[in-house]
Amino acid sequence: MEQTSGNPHIHRDDEASKIGMWLFIFTEMLLFGGLFIVYSIYRYLHPVAFELAADELDVLVGTANTVILLVSSMTIAMSVTAMQKGNKKLTLALLGATLFLALAFLVNKYFEWGSKISYGLYPGSERLHEFGHGDTLFFGLYYFMTGLHALHIIIGVVIISAVMYRVHKEMVHPTKYALLENTGLYWHLVDLIWIFLFPLFYLVT
Amino acid sequence: MSENPTRSIEPSYLKYKGRYGGIFAWIFSTDHKRIGLLYLWSIMTFFIVGAILGLLMKMELISPGKNIMGPQTYNGFFTLHGIIMIFLIVIPGLPAVFGNFFLPIMIGAKDVAFPRLNLTSWWLYMFGALVVLTSQFTGGGPPDTGWTFYAPYSFQTPTNMLPAVTGAFILGFSSILTGLNFIVTIHRMRAPGMGWFKMPLFPWSLYATGWIQLIATPIVGVTLLMIIAERTLNIGFFDPSLGGDPILYQHLFWIYSHPAVYIMILPAMGAISEIIPTFARKTIFGYKAIIASTVAIAFVGYFVWGHHMFTSGMSGVALYTFSILTFLVAIPSAIKVFNWVSTMHKASINLQTPFYWAVSFIFVFMIGGFSGLVLGALATNVHLHDTHFVVAHFHFIVFGGTGFAFLGAMHYWFPKVFGRKYDAGWANIGWLTFFIGFITLYGPMFYLGIAGMPRRYYDYVEVFHGGNIISSFGSIILIAGIAIVITNLVKSAISGEKADQNPWGGITLEWKVPSPPPLENFDEIPHVTRGPYDYS
Ligand SMILES: [Cu+2]
Repeated sequence: MEQTSGNPHIHRDDEASKIGMWLFIFTEMLLFGGLFIVYSIYRYLHPVAFELAADELDVLVGTANTVILLVSSMTIAMSVTAMQKGNKKLTLALLGATLFLALAFLVNKYFEWGSKISYGLYPGSERLHEFGHGDTLFFGLYYFMTGLHALHIIIGVVIISAVMYRVHKEMVHPTKYALLENTGLYWHLVDLIWIFLFPLFYLVT
Repeated sequence: MSENPTRSIEPSYLKYKGRYGGIFAWIFSTDHKRIGLLYLWSIMTFFIVGAILGLLMKMELISPGKNIMGPQTYNGFFTLHGIIMIFLIVIPGLPAVFGNFFLPIMIGAKDVAFPRLNLTSWWLYMFGALVVLTSQFTGGGPPDTGWTFYAPYSFQTPTNMLPAVTGAFILGFSSILTGLNFIVTIHRMRAPGMGWFKMPLFPWSLYATGWIQLIATPIVGVTLLMIIAERTLNIGFFDPSLGGDPILYQHLFWIYSHPAVYIMILPAMGAISEIIPTFARKTIFGYKAIIASTVAIAFVGYFVWGHHMFTSGMSGVALYTFSILTFLVAIPSAIKVFNWVSTMHKASINLQTPFYWAVSFIFVFMIGGFSGLVLGALATNVHLHDTHFVVAHFHFIVFGGTGFAFLGAMHYWFPKVFGRKYDAGWANIGWLTFFIGFITLYGPMFYLGIAGMPRRYYDYVEVFHGGNIISSFGSIILIAGIAIVITNLVKSAISGEKADQNPWGGITLEWKVPSPPPLENFDEIPHVTRGPYDYS
């Protein structure tokens, strides 16, 4: 990290960083909130098309990804507890598990999108055009919202890797682990957004 | 507070030696004061560009027909003028410059809660600005949608929209991080004894602004992302030919962009609330009423966005609901005006340049506010929508409001920031020229709008010639005023007379530290026992 030119001592306030993180999570929720508004308006305008389009999605893959994210939320929460207990090895193992699950989610997503695309269901495709406006909007929202969510997962992967490195180097340790806690909060947010996306796209038919 | 002899040894924030030398001592500094000045220089540079664009547009409009530019260039000019003025200047505006510099000092802290994040905000700001400006020189030519990026044109125009929209998204992110930083700073770092109701009004206004930044900006952020997806992937959110609804874009855009007006004006009101009691040498009238109206404006301001869309097509219920809410938001603004005027009542006023800026702020803000009610009323709106009346109203509020308050704050805090006095004679001449130019430029636009002159055209019919001559003439006076004010301030910052710690007799905390303040502001964190404007 770059050093500050000037400030000889950076003042440390874990409570402040936690409030900051909560505020950031709040803005993220509003970001997705805008999309949920768009979703509900178009669903209201095209109820039948949205129902039929939702049938095209693979509930099994969606459920698998939901389970994966829920478990990963658990592992990262446990890593914070392990850190509080001073168990560095276990912390790293649990963070590693979270990382693995995040990657599994992305692999799943890759195959899911791939099969949709090979079937000709992607923005601007001939097939969607034949299906009509409702389906076009449904799949437009599907790719945009799950894509934005997947982007958050990728960012999470980068952050978790960075935290693992810092735990390994003991820059994050049992008396200074606000970074780990905030990463956990971020990951729960990613999980939470998925909990809304999953029923809206896969289950509500 | 008495002079502390150890103070003179502490080098000022302008002088201390850090890790880096030269320009790097600034652009990598996490000191809130240096970051404030980074914003000041950047905003000033962009402002000069934006003002010249404005001047050129007024020269085009000085007579009917093509004078110096054709329609496409004119469209590009008003788009770039709007993007620069809105996203690069008035939205960061007072919070980024004076908020950064004075928020920590006024609440008795050594810095903001997250100094590194603060520096990141500035870098994001510069990066966003760079991305926006690349749109001018690459791709299909300068964007021509206006700063509102209305769908469906924004994804159909062949001009280079992507960098403009992406840049605006990045700038929004920078704004969110600044707001977040200030909120946490105010929650966690107030000096001992400074309860919420012992906090000065400028920090209060930054607090309310921070919340607006946090709550409103993400919506426009995701909307801009949707425009990007629309252009690149052809998704159809707002494209009627794919089932999307362009009106929905307008809703999402104004859900942010109306509250954004309060991001611009609340800190301006906060600065005015600092200037007036200092020069009236009197406690501010209705301290708590001002706070309550600040919070009320921030809150009600969320529910009025529909007034930008009265002619776009909405249900009757929506129309009059938005109209009545727009009228309601005028009440807390008026409360503030009454408070400022009552503060001046029977005061022995110290007439100085910052005070002139403050009273002229009240004057132009009132004209802007009243004309806002004319636009907020349904019947008159239909006639005035998209005419020069809107341009006049908008500039009276945004340029008149934010601009006058910014320059008032600049003169007020100038001795503290640079440790030097500005030349008072030239400052007054600059203010007067600016004020006359401002009224001459924007005043006739009210008339032109009522007469029916539409906005955003490079040409007009002969009937509108008279008003436009006056208005274009005013733009020259205004530019002269801007030139005088900026030249005077820059010259004084370099070679002005040395200023005292407290030249105006202010009693908020920034006047209790040396001018310019040392790196960590306070030798010892102050213990606050009195109210912020307790002149007794
Ligand atoms: Cu508005």
